[in-house]
Amino acid sequence: MMKRDSWLRILADNVAQDQVVVAAYSTAFDWIAIRPSAFNYISSGAMGLTSSHALGFALAWPDRKIILLDGDGSLLMNLGSLVTIADAAPENLVHFVSENGVYEANGSHVIPGKDKVNFAGMAENAGYARCLEFSEETDFQEELPAILNTKGPVFVTMKCERGEAYPRDYSQMHGPAVRQRFAEAVADF
Amino acid sequence: MLSGDRIIGAVRDSEVRTILTVPDRSTEEGLLGPISRDPGFRHVRVCKEDEALGISAALSYSKQRALILIQYTGLLDSLNAVRAVAVEYKMPICMMVGLHGKEPDVAPTASRNYGIRIIEPILDAMGIAHHLVDTDRDVERIGPAIETAYATSNPVALLIGRRPVAP
Repeated sequence: MMKRDSWLRILADNVAQDQVVVAAYSTAFDWIAIRPSAFNYISSGAMGLTSSHALGFALAWPDRKIILLDGDGSLLMNLGSLVTIADAAPENLVHFVSENGVYEANGSHVIPGKDKVNFAGMAENAGYARCLEFSEETDFQEELPAILNTKGPVFVTMKCERGEAYPRDYSQMHGPAVRQRFAEAVADF
Repeated sequence: MLSGDRIIGAVRDSEVRTILTVPDRSTEEGLLGPISRDPGFRHVRVCKEDEALGISAALSYSKQRALILIQYTGLLDSLNAVRAVAVEYKMPICMMVGLHGKEPDVAPTASRNYGIRIIEPILDAMGIAHHLVDTDRDVERIGPAIETAYATSNPVALLIGRRPVAP
């Protein structure tokens, strides 16, 4: 099984320093350790809303690629956002979902639908332009450049498990300084 | 009398260009319908009201103004998102909330409808500014309310007290 931090490292190697990345919970903690940047947006507030924030950024800056790093538990709390995103049809949005089958931030309890739900299938039926699923690093590494150049919205399920343990500092997720740093970083967009 | 046209004009004059909606019976004819046909607005249909909080917050980073047009039931359903994104994060979230079922010329807190009666006390408890728009005279509250929300980066709720008349 692919490790989450492994595919995040591959992604980090393929994005620009000023790439806006909107990330949720456990994936966010890994991401900000792997790719620390003022252009990381992790202040999505209520669980599940990360995909909605990402849609807002995609609508705000249609000429910039927006990368969304969602979680399976988060997406389950906002499944309707798949339909909303597909309806708004932002060509610049790439929606990744780390599918590890558990609510990792809350004790790693199993999500409803583990090993039954097909997230990429739901996104496809919602109307995303392209939907893919990966469970092997090598396949992902090979396809990633094309994914980032595909007209969206693109949905990518990443079947993975937790890798290296990174710090879990919630002040870096919810603190006002984090939002201010992001606001200053994007002020000239 | 409450003119939908005047409300839409006040929203437009406030430089709001994106409207995020879930339909509400009391405002669909006078507000949602005309807005959905107005090319001057970007209309985003959301499946559930809390989505609109995230979208609106993100848009504010690009200085783009948005208005969330929902029913009071949707506000009640979204209170955790309102708590987190709007209040704790101090984001300029502007909500126009239809009080579907409120009796004309009756204060929301005096309504026979339990759901409507509790709206203003809940907003007060959450520290969210709110303004009742019940007649044409109240429409002048809309512009300053939106302006203040963006100037101070705080949420505001504009409570539509009766069915706006379609333009």
